[in-house]
Amino acid sequence: MEYLIGIQGPDFVLVAADNVAASSIIQMKHDYDKMFKLSEKILLLCVGEAGDTVQFAEYIQKNVQLYKMRNVVPSSKFHFSDITQSVPFVSSQTPYHVNLLLAGYDDADGPGLFYMDHLSSLAKAPFAAHGYGAYLTLSILDRYYKPDLTQDEAMDLLKKCIEELNRRFILNLPSFSVRVIDKNGIQELQKVTVGAAK
Amino acid sequence: MALASVLNSDLGGFSYEKCQPFGFKDEMGHSDAGFESTPGESLSFMVRNPQCAAADDDVERKIEFLHGTTTLAFKFQHGVIVAVDSRATAGAYIASQTVKKVIEINPYLLGTMAGGAADCSFWERLLARQCRIYELRNKERISVAAASKLLANMVYQYKGMGLSMGTMVCGWDKRGPGLYYVDSEGNRVCGDLFAVGSGSMYAYGVMDSGLRHDLTVDEACDLGRRAIYQATYRDAYSGGQVNLYHVHSEGWTRVSQDDVLKLHQHYKEQA
Repeated sequence: MEYLIGIQGPDFVLVAADNVAASSIIQMKHDYDKMFKLSEKILLLCVGEAGDTVQFAEYIQKNVQLYKMRNVVPSSKFHFSDITQSVPFVSSQTPYHVNLLLAGYDDADGPGLFYMDHLSSLAKAPFAAHGYGAYLTLSILDRYYKPDLTQDEAMDLLKKCIEELNRRFILNLPSFSVRVIDKNGIQELQKVTVGAAK
Repeated sequence: MALASVLNSDLGGFSYEKCQPFGFKDEMGHSDAGFESTPGESLSFMVRNPQCAAADDDVERKIEFLHGTTTLAFKFQHGVIVAVDSRATAGAYIASQTVKKVIEINPYLLGTMAGGAADCSFWERLLARQCRIYELRNKERISVAAASKLLANMVYQYKGMGLSMGTMVCGWDKRGPGLYYVDSEGNRVCGDLFAVGSGSMYAYGVMDSGLRHDLTVDEACDLGRRAIYQATYRDAYSGGQVNLYHVHSEGWTRVSQDDVLKLHQHYKEQA
Protein backbone atom coordinates (compact mmCIF):
# COMPACT_ATOMS: atom_id res chain seq x y z
CA MET A 1 0.00 0.00 0.00
CA GLU A 2 2.96 2.24 0.53
CA TYR A 3 5.14 3.30 -2.33
CA LEU A 4 8.75 4.31 -2.65
CA ILE A 5 10.66 5.16 -5.78
CA GLY A 6 14.20 6.24 -6.54
CA ILE A 7 15.81 7.31 -9.81
CA GLN A 8 19.53 7.88 -10.11
CA GLY A 9 21.00 10.30 -12.60
CA PRO A 10 24.61 11.03 -13.48
CA ASP A 11 25.02 13.50 -10.63
CA PHE A 12 21.88 13.29 -8.50
CA VAL A 13 19.35 10.87 -7.04
CA LEU A 14 15.65 11.66 -7.13
CA VAL A 15 13.50 9.92 -4.55
CA ALA A 16 9.81 10.02 -3.76
CA ALA A 17 7.49 8.40 -1.25
CA ASP A 18 3.76 8.54 -0.71
CA ASN A 19 2.43 10.48 2.23
CA VAL A 20 -0.19 8.19 3.61
CA ALA A 21 0.02 6.66 7.07
CA ALA A 22 -2.70 4.06 7.15
CA SER A 23 -4.16 1.80 9.74
CA SER A 24 -6.45 -0.90 8.39
CA ILE A 25 -8.70 0.93 5.93
CA ILE A 26 -8.31 4.36 7.44
CA GLN A 27 -5.84 7.06 6.41
CA MET A 28 -4.61 8.28 9.77
CA LYS A 29 -2.38 10.88 8.26
CA HIS A 30 -2.06 12.20 4.74
CA ASP A 31 1.13 14.19 5.08
CA TYR A 32 3.39 11.60 6.65
CA ASP A 33 7.06 11.73 5.76
CA LYS A 34 8.70 8.37 5.12
CA MET A 35 12.18 9.69 4.47
CA PHE A 36 14.80 9.74 7.18
CA LYS A 37 17.89 11.86 6.92
CA LEU A 38 20.95 9.85 7.82
CA SER A 39 23.44 12.55 7.00
CA GLU A 40 23.81 15.70 4.91
CA LYS A 41 23.67 13.74 1.68
CA ILE A 42 22.07 10.44 2.56
CA LEU A 43 18.38 9.63 2.82
CA LEU A 44 16.78 6.45 4.02
CA LEU A 45 13.28 5.72 2.72
CA CYS A 46 11.59 3.17 4.86
CA VAL A 47 8.25 1.37 4.58
CA GLY A 48 6.87 -1.77 6.10
CA GLU A 49 5.33 -2.83 9.33
CA ALA A 50 3.98 -0.25 11.70
CA GLY A 51 6.46 0.61 14.38
CA ASP A 52 9.31 -1.35 12.84
CA THR A 53 9.87 1.36 10.22
CA VAL A 54 10.37 4.24 12.60
CA GLN A 55 12.24 2.21 15.19
CA PHE A 56 14.62 0.79 12.60
CA ALA A 57 15.21 4.05 10.79
CA GLU A 58 15.86 5.96 13.99
CA TYR A 59 18.19 3.21 15.18
CA ILE A 60 20.22 3.54 11.99
CA GLN A 61 20.14 7.33 12.23
CA LYS A 62 21.54 7.27 15.74
CA ASN A 63 24.15 4.69 14.83
CA VAL A 64 25.31 6.87 11.97
CA GLN A 65 25.59 9.82 14.34
CA LEU A 66 27.58 7.68 16.73
CA TYR A 67 29.86 6.55 13.94
CA LYS A 68 30.48 10.15 12.98
CA MET A 69 31.35 11.03 16.53
CA ARG A 70 33.74 8.16 16.89
CA ASN A 71 35.43 8.60 13.53
CA VAL A 72 36.49 11.93 12.16
CA VAL A 73 36.08 11.07 8.53
CA PRO A 74 32.47 10.57 7.45
CA SER A 75 32.15 7.30 5.64
CA SER A 76 30.65 6.90 2.20
CA LYS A 77 27.21 5.58 1.75
CA PHE A 78 28.45 2.25 0.53
CA HIS A 79 29.66 1.49 3.99
CA PHE A 80 26.33 2.47 5.38
CA SER A 81 24.73 -0.11 3.21
CA ASP A 82 26.86 -2.68 4.94
CA ILE A 83 25.74 -1.54 8.35
CA THR A 84 22.13 -1.36 7.37
CA GLN A 85 22.22 -4.72 5.73
CA SER A 86 23.06 -6.49 8.89
CA VAL A 87 20.31 -4.99 10.94
CA PRO A 88 17.02 -6.10 9.38
CA PHE A 89 18.01 -9.67 10.00
CA VAL A 90 19.99 -8.97 13.09
CA SER A 91 17.79 -11.30 15.00
CA SER A 92 16.03 -13.66 12.66
CA GLN A 93 13.67 -14.54 15.48
CA THR A 94 12.10 -11.14 15.31
CA PRO A 95 13.35 -9.42 12.21
CA TYR A 96 12.39 -5.89 11.35
CA HIS A 97 9.87 -6.15 8.59
CA VAL A 98 11.00 -3.12 6.63
CA ASN A 99 11.73 -2.39 2.99
CA LEU A 100 14.24 0.32 2.26
CA LEU A 101 15.66 2.56 -0.35
CA LEU A 102 18.95 4.15 0.54
CA ALA A 103 19.89 7.12 -1.59
CA GLY A 104 22.92 9.32 -1.29
CA TYR A 105 25.61 11.36 -2.89
CA ASP A 106 29.23 10.68 -2.19
CA ASP A 107 31.73 13.38 -3.06
CA ALA A 108 34.18 10.85 -4.40
CA ASP A 109 31.93 8.27 -6.02
CA GLY A 110 28.95 10.32 -7.04
CA PRO A 111 25.30 9.44 -6.55
CA GLY A 112 24.08 6.02 -5.49
CA LEU A 113 20.76 4.26 -4.95
CA PHE A 114 20.45 1.03 -3.04
CA TYR A 115 17.45 -1.26 -2.83
CA MET A 116 17.03 -3.34 0.32
CA ASP A 117 14.21 -5.56 1.41
CA HIS A 118 13.09 -7.19 4.60
CA LEU A 119 15.16 -10.29 3.92
CA SER A 120 18.29 -8.16 3.75
CA SER A 121 18.82 -8.45 0.02
CA LEU A 122 20.85 -5.48 -1.12
CA ALA A 123 21.23 -4.24 -4.66
CA LYS A 124 22.69 -1.11 -6.12
CA ALA A 125 20.37 -0.01 -8.89
CA PRO A 126 19.86 2.91 -11.26
CA PHE A 127 16.19 2.98 -10.33
CA ALA A 128 14.08 1.09 -7.83
CA ALA A 129 10.65 0.99 -6.26
CA HIS A 130 8.91 -0.66 -3.31
CA GLY A 131 5.31 -1.53 -2.69
CA TYR A 132 2.47 -2.78 -4.84
CA GLY A 133 2.94 0.31 -6.94
CA ALA A 134 6.31 -1.05 -7.99
CA TYR A 135 4.60 -3.71 -10.09
CA LEU A 136 2.94 -1.01 -12.09
CA THR A 137 5.87 1.35 -12.42
CA LEU A 138 9.03 -0.68 -12.81
CA SER A 139 8.24 -1.36 -16.43
CA ILE A 140 7.81 2.35 -17.06
CA LEU A 141 11.21 2.91 -15.55
CA ASP A 142 12.63 0.11 -17.66
CA ARG A 143 11.19 1.64 -20.80
CA TYR A 144 12.04 5.29 -20.34
CA TYR A 145 15.08 5.43 -18.12
CA LYS A 146 18.41 6.57 -19.54
CA PRO A 147 21.57 6.66 -17.45
CA ASP A 148 22.31 10.24 -18.45
CA LEU A 149 18.94 11.76 -17.77
CA THR A 150 18.70 15.28 -16.44
CA GLN A 151 16.91 16.24 -13.27
CA ASP A 152 13.94 17.51 -15.25
CA GLU A 153 13.73 14.30 -17.23
CA ALA A 154 13.88 12.33 -14.00
CA MET A 155 11.08 14.44 -12.61
CA ASP A 156 9.00 13.77 -15.72
CA LEU A 157 9.69 10.08 -15.39
CA LEU A 158 8.58 10.23 -11.79
CA LYS A 159 5.40 11.99 -12.76
CA LYS A 160 4.73 9.34 -15.39
CA CYS A 161 4.99 6.70 -12.71
CA ILE A 162 2.67 8.55 -10.38
CA GLU A 163 0.18 9.08 -13.17
CA GLU A 164 0.15 5.37 -13.73
CA LEU A 165 -0.52 4.76 -10.06
CA ASN A 166 -3.38 7.19 -10.14
CA ARG A 167 -4.79 5.48 -13.17
CA ARG A 168 -4.40 1.84 -12.25
CA PHE A 169 -3.62 1.39 -8.62
CA ILE A 170 -6.67 0.53 -6.61
CA LEU A 171 -5.64 2.62 -3.62
CA ASN A 172 -5.73 6.35 -3.49
CA LEU A 173 -2.30 7.87 -2.91
CA PRO A 174 -3.07 11.54 -3.22
CA SER A 175 0.32 13.04 -2.59
CA PHE A 176 4.01 12.23 -2.73
CA SER A 177 7.00 13.86 -1.07
CA VAL A 178 9.87 14.36 -3.47
CA ARG A 179 13.51 15.03 -2.63
CA VAL A 180 16.64 15.22 -4.69
CA ILE A 181 20.17 14.60 -3.46
CA ASP A 182 23.12 16.04 -5.30
CA LYS A 183 26.48 17.58 -4.52
CA ASN A 184 24.74 20.41 -2.68
CA GLY A 185 22.92 18.12 -0.32
CA ILE A 186 19.27 17.22 0.07
CA GLN A 187 16.65 19.48 -1.46
CA GLU A 188 13.00 19.09 -0.91
CA LEU A 189 11.01 19.63 -4.07
CA GLN A 190 7.38 20.40 -4.36
CA LYS A 191 5.02 17.58 -3.45
CA VAL A 192 3.37 15.83 -6.35
CA THR A 193 -0.37 15.67 -5.82
CA VAL A 194 -3.24 14.17 -7.77
CA GLY A 195 -4.07 16.42 -10.67
CA ALA A 196 -0.64 17.98 -10.71
CA ALA A 197 0.84 14.83 -12.19
CA LYS A 198 -0.75 15.47 -15.55
CA MET B 1 -14.77 -11.08 39.91
CA ALA B 2 -17.67 -13.13 38.70
CA LEU B 3 -17.84 -11.18 35.51
CA ALA B 4 -14.24 -11.85 34.73
CA SER B 5 -14.65 -15.57 35.17
CA VAL B 6 -17.74 -15.62 32.99
CA LEU B 7 -15.90 -13.82 30.28
CA ASN B 8 -12.87 -16.03 30.54
CA SER B 9 -14.91 -19.08 29.74
CA ASP B 10 -16.86 -19.91 26.64
CA LEU B 11 -17.32 -16.45 25.37
CA GLY B 12 -13.67 -16.60 24.53
CA GLY B 13 -14.56 -18.93 21.74
CA PHE B 14 -16.24 -16.43 19.48
CA SER B 15 -14.35 -16.16 16.30
CA TYR B 16 -12.01 -13.28 16.17
CA GLU B 17 -9.59 -15.42 14.31
CA LYS B 18 -10.85 -14.33 10.98
CA CYS B 19 -10.39 -10.68 11.42
CA GLN B 20 -6.92 -9.77 10.49
CA PRO B 21 -6.57 -6.03 10.38
CA PHE B 22 -2.94 -5.46 9.61
CA GLY B 23 -1.28 -8.67 10.61
CA PHE B 24 2.06 -8.55 8.87
CA LYS B 25 3.85 -10.56 11.46
CA ASP B 26 3.09 -14.08 10.28
CA GLU B 27 4.16 -14.27 6.65
CA MET B 28 7.50 -13.11 5.41
CA GLY B 29 6.46 -12.52 1.89
CA HIS B 30 3.47 -10.29 2.29
CA SER B 31 4.33 -6.87 3.36
CA ASP B 32 1.05 -5.11 3.54
CA ALA B 33 -2.47 -4.99 2.22
CA GLY B 34 -4.06 -4.89 5.59
CA PHE B 35 -7.43 -5.75 4.23
CA GLU B 36 -7.24 -9.33 3.15
CA SER B 37 -10.43 -10.01 5.01
CA THR B 38 -12.87 -10.53 2.21
CA PRO B 39 -16.42 -9.34 2.51
CA GLY B 40 -18.43 -11.99 4.20
CA GLU B 41 -15.77 -12.72 6.75
CA SER B 42 -16.24 -10.85 9.96
CA LEU B 43 -16.93 -7.40 8.66
CA SER B 44 -16.47 -5.96 12.10
CA PHE B 45 -14.16 -3.09 11.36
CA MET B 46 -12.26 -3.74 14.48
CA VAL B 47 -9.10 -1.82 14.39
CA ARG B 48 -7.74 -3.69 17.36
CA ASN B 49 -7.45 -7.43 17.50
CA PRO B 50 -6.11 -9.85 20.01
CA GLN B 51 -3.43 -12.05 18.57
CA CYS B 52 -5.28 -14.29 16.22
CA ALA B 53 -2.39 -16.56 15.33
CA ALA B 54 -3.98 -19.96 15.17
CA ALA B 55 -0.68 -21.54 16.14
CA ASP B 56 -0.46 -20.28 19.70
CA ASP B 57 -3.76 -21.45 20.95
CA ASP B 58 -2.27 -22.31 24.27
CA VAL B 59 -1.87 -18.63 24.96
CA GLU B 60 -5.18 -17.74 26.44
CA ARG B 61 -7.51 -15.90 24.12
CA LYS B 62 -7.94 -12.82 26.21
CA ILE B 63 -11.24 -11.11 26.06
CA GLU B 64 -10.46 -7.59 25.04
CA PHE B 65 -13.08 -5.57 26.79
CA LEU B 66 -12.86 -2.39 24.84
CA HIS B 67 -12.45 -3.66 21.34
CA GLY B 68 -15.67 -2.05 20.52
CA THR B 69 -15.33 1.56 21.28
CA THR B 70 -15.26 4.99 19.76
CA THR B 71 -12.75 7.52 20.93
CA LEU B 72 -11.75 10.65 19.15
CA ALA B 73 -9.62 13.71 19.63
CA PHE B 74 -8.95 16.74 17.49
CA LYS B 75 -6.96 19.93 17.64
CA PHE B 76 -8.42 23.32 17.02
CA GLN B 77 -7.45 26.88 17.79
CA HIS B 78 -8.32 26.66 21.46
CA GLY B 79 -6.63 23.37 22.21
CA VAL B 80 -7.69 19.76 21.93
CA ILE B 81 -11.11 18.19 22.36
CA VAL B 82 -11.23 14.60 23.52
CA ALA B 83 -14.49 12.69 23.30
CA VAL B 84 -15.11 9.03 24.12
CA ASP B 85 -18.00 6.65 24.56
CA SER B 86 -18.33 4.45 27.62
CA ARG B 87 -19.47 1.01 26.53
CA ALA B 88 -17.54 -2.17 27.15
CA THR B 89 -18.56 -5.34 25.34
CA ALA B 90 -17.58 -8.94 25.48
CA GLY B 91 -18.85 -10.42 22.27
CA ALA B 92 -22.54 -9.65 22.10
CA TYR B 93 -22.80 -8.91 25.79
CA ILE B 94 -22.63 -5.37 27.04
CA ALA B 95 -20.41 -5.64 30.03
CA SER B 96 -20.66 -2.04 31.12
CA GLN B 97 -22.10 1.26 29.99
CA THR B 98 -20.10 3.39 32.36
CA VAL B 99 -16.45 2.80 31.58
CA LYS B 100 -13.98 5.65 31.91
CA LYS B 101 -12.03 5.60 28.71
CA VAL B 102 -10.04 8.72 29.30
CA ILE B 103 -7.04 8.32 31.54
CA GLU B 104 -5.76 11.40 33.28
CA ILE B 105 -2.03 11.00 33.01
CA ASN B 106 -1.31 14.29 34.72
CA PRO B 107 -3.06 17.66 34.95
CA TYR B 108 -2.13 18.59 31.40
CA LEU B 109 -1.93 15.24 29.61
CA LEU B 110 -4.75 12.89 28.77
CA GLY B 111 -4.72 9.42 27.29
CA THR B 112 -7.65 7.66 25.67
CA MET B 113 -8.36 3.99 25.90
CA ALA B 114 -9.23 1.60 23.09
CA GLY B 115 -8.43 -2.07 22.87
CA GLY B 116 -7.63 -3.95 26.04
CA ALA B 117 -8.65 -2.03 29.13
CA ALA B 118 -5.92 -3.53 31.25
CA ASP B 119 -3.27 -2.83 28.65
CA CYS B 120 -4.36 0.76 28.23
CA SER B 121 -4.69 1.65 31.87
CA PHE B 122 -1.52 -0.15 32.91
CA TRP B 123 0.73 1.34 30.29
CA GLU B 124 -0.71 4.78 30.66
CA ARG B 125 -0.21 4.68 34.39
CA LEU B 126 3.35 3.63 33.72
CA LEU B 127 3.59 6.54 31.34
CA ALA B 128 2.34 8.86 34.08
CA ARG B 129 5.14 7.61 36.29
CA GLN B 130 7.72 8.19 33.57
CA CYS B 131 6.37 11.69 32.92
CA ARG B 132 6.65 12.54 36.58
CA ILE B 133 10.22 11.26 36.72
CA TYR B 134 11.02 13.40 33.67
CA GLU B 135 9.58 16.45 35.40
CA LEU B 136 11.61 15.85 38.51
CA ARG B 137 14.82 15.26 36.59
CA ASN B 138 14.50 18.12 34.13
CA LYS B 139 12.54 20.64 36.17
CA GLU B 140 10.12 21.17 33.37
CA ARG B 141 7.00 19.52 32.08
CA ILE B 142 7.37 16.79 29.52
CA SER B 143 6.25 17.61 26.00
CA VAL B 144 3.43 15.66 24.38
CA ALA B 145 5.82 14.41 21.71
CA ALA B 146 8.21 13.04 24.31
CA ALA B 147 5.45 11.48 26.37
CA SER B 148 4.01 9.73 23.33
CA LYS B 149 7.48 8.56 22.28
CA LEU B 150 8.04 7.10 25.76
CA LEU B 151 4.80 5.19 25.48
CA ALA B 152 5.50 4.02 21.93
CA ASN B 153 8.96 2.77 22.87
CA MET B 154 7.68 0.98 25.96
CA VAL B 155 5.00 -0.79 24.02
CA TYR B 156 7.25 -1.61 21.06
CA GLN B 157 9.23 -3.97 23.28
CA TYR B 158 6.12 -6.11 23.51
CA LYS B 159 5.18 -5.99 19.89
CA GLY B 160 3.73 -9.25 18.69
CA MET B 161 3.10 -10.54 22.18
CA GLY B 162 -0.55 -9.77 22.28
CA LEU B 163 -0.89 -6.30 23.69
CA SER B 164 -3.90 -4.50 22.39
CA MET B 165 -3.89 -0.79 22.84
CA GLY B 166 -4.89 2.13 20.67
CA THR B 167 -4.48 5.37 22.48
CA MET B 168 -4.29 9.05 21.80
CA VAL B 169 -1.98 11.14 23.91
CA CYS B 170 -3.38 14.65 24.12
CA GLY B 171 -1.95 17.64 25.87
CA TRP B 172 -0.73 21.17 25.76
CA ASP B 173 2.96 21.99 25.89
CA LYS B 174 5.14 24.91 24.90
CA ARG B 175 4.56 24.15 21.26
CA GLY B 176 0.83 24.48 21.72
CA PRO B 177 -1.78 21.75 21.54
CA GLY B 178 -0.37 18.28 20.95
CA LEU B 179 -2.07 15.15 19.74
CA TYR B 180 -0.43 11.81 19.06
CA TYR B 181 -1.87 8.44 18.20
CA VAL B 182 0.07 5.50 19.66
CA ASP B 183 -0.84 1.85 19.37
CA SER B 184 0.41 -1.54 20.33
CA GLU B 185 1.46 -2.25 16.73
CA GLY B 186 4.11 0.38 17.05
CA ASN B 187 2.40 3.22 15.22
CA ARG B 188 3.06 6.68 16.53
CA VAL B 189 1.67 9.46 14.46
CA CYS B 190 1.20 13.14 15.08
CA GLY B 191 -1.93 14.70 13.70
CA ASP B 192 -4.83 17.07 14.02
CA LEU B 193 -7.61 14.56 14.21
CA PHE B 194 -7.85 10.91 15.17
CA ALA B 195 -10.60 8.47 15.90
CA VAL B 196 -9.90 5.02 17.27
CA GLY B 197 -12.06 1.97 17.76
CA SER B 198 -14.75 0.02 15.99
CA GLY B 199 -16.85 3.14 15.61
CA SER B 200 -13.98 5.29 14.45
CA MET B 201 -15.00 5.31 10.84
CA TYR B 202 -18.40 6.71 11.63
CA ALA B 203 -16.82 9.36 13.79
CA TYR B 204 -14.38 10.31 11.04
CA GLY B 205 -17.27 10.98 8.72
CA VAL B 206 -18.89 13.52 11.02
CA MET B 207 -15.61 15.05 12.13
CA ASP B 208 -14.13 15.53 8.69
CA SER B 209 -17.21 17.27 7.40
CA GLY B 210 -17.62 19.56 10.39
CA LEU B 211 -14.09 20.38 11.47
CA ARG B 212 -12.61 23.85 10.98
CA HIS B 213 -9.64 25.31 12.74
CA ASP B 214 -11.52 28.36 13.94
CA LEU B 215 -14.27 26.67 15.92
CA THR B 216 -15.24 28.15 19.25
CA VAL B 217 -14.90 25.96 22.30
CA ASP B 218 -18.63 25.26 22.42
CA GLU B 219 -18.83 24.44 18.73
CA ALA B 220 -15.89 22.12 19.05
CA CYS B 221 -17.44 20.36 22.03
CA ASP B 222 -20.67 19.96 20.11
CA LEU B 223 -18.82 18.52 17.15
CA GLY B 224 -17.00 15.99 19.30
CA ARG B 225 -20.18 15.05 21.10
CA ARG B 226 -22.09 14.70 17.86
CA ALA B 227 -19.41 12.57 16.26
CA ILE B 228 -19.39 10.13 19.16
CA TYR B 229 -23.16 10.08 19.19
CA GLN B 230 -23.31 9.27 15.48
CA ALA B 231 -20.79 6.52 15.97
CA THR B 232 -22.76 5.02 18.83
CA TYR B 233 -25.86 5.20 16.68
CA ARG B 234 -24.33 3.03 13.98
CA ASP B 235 -21.83 0.92 15.85
CA ALA B 236 -23.31 -1.72 18.09
CA TYR B 237 -20.19 -1.86 20.17
CA SER B 238 -20.22 1.77 21.17
CA GLY B 239 -22.69 3.50 23.43
CA GLY B 240 -23.39 4.53 26.97
CA GLN B 241 -22.34 8.10 27.61
CA VAL B 242 -20.22 10.61 25.80
CA ASN B 243 -17.44 11.88 28.02
CA LEU B 244 -15.96 15.11 26.79
CA TYR B 245 -12.70 16.78 27.82
CA HIS B 246 -11.08 19.96 26.68
CA VAL B 247 -7.32 20.43 26.87
CA HIS B 248 -6.17 24.03 26.91
CA SER B 249 -3.13 25.98 27.93
CA GLU B 250 -3.84 25.54 31.62
CA GLY B 251 -4.40 21.83 31.44
CA TRP B 252 -7.47 19.71 30.85
CA THR B 253 -11.05 20.24 31.94
CA ARG B 254 -13.83 17.72 32.08
CA VAL B 255 -16.54 19.36 30.05
CA SER B 256 -19.53 17.07 30.10
CA GLN B 257 -20.98 13.63 30.32
CA ASP B 258 -24.10 12.99 28.27
CA ASP B 259 -26.11 9.86 27.93
CA VAL B 260 -26.33 8.87 24.31
CA LEU B 261 -30.04 8.15 24.42
CA LYS B 262 -30.74 11.60 25.81
CA LEU B 263 -28.59 13.07 23.07
CA HIS B 264 -30.68 11.15 20.59
CA GLN B 265 -33.83 12.84 21.85
CA HIS B 266 -32.12 16.18 21.92
CA TYR B 267 -30.90 15.96 18.34
CA LYS B 268 -34.24 14.68 17.17
CA GLU B 269 -35.96 17.67 18.65
CA GLN B 270 -33.42 20.00 17.16
CA ALA B 271 -33.87 18.66 13.67
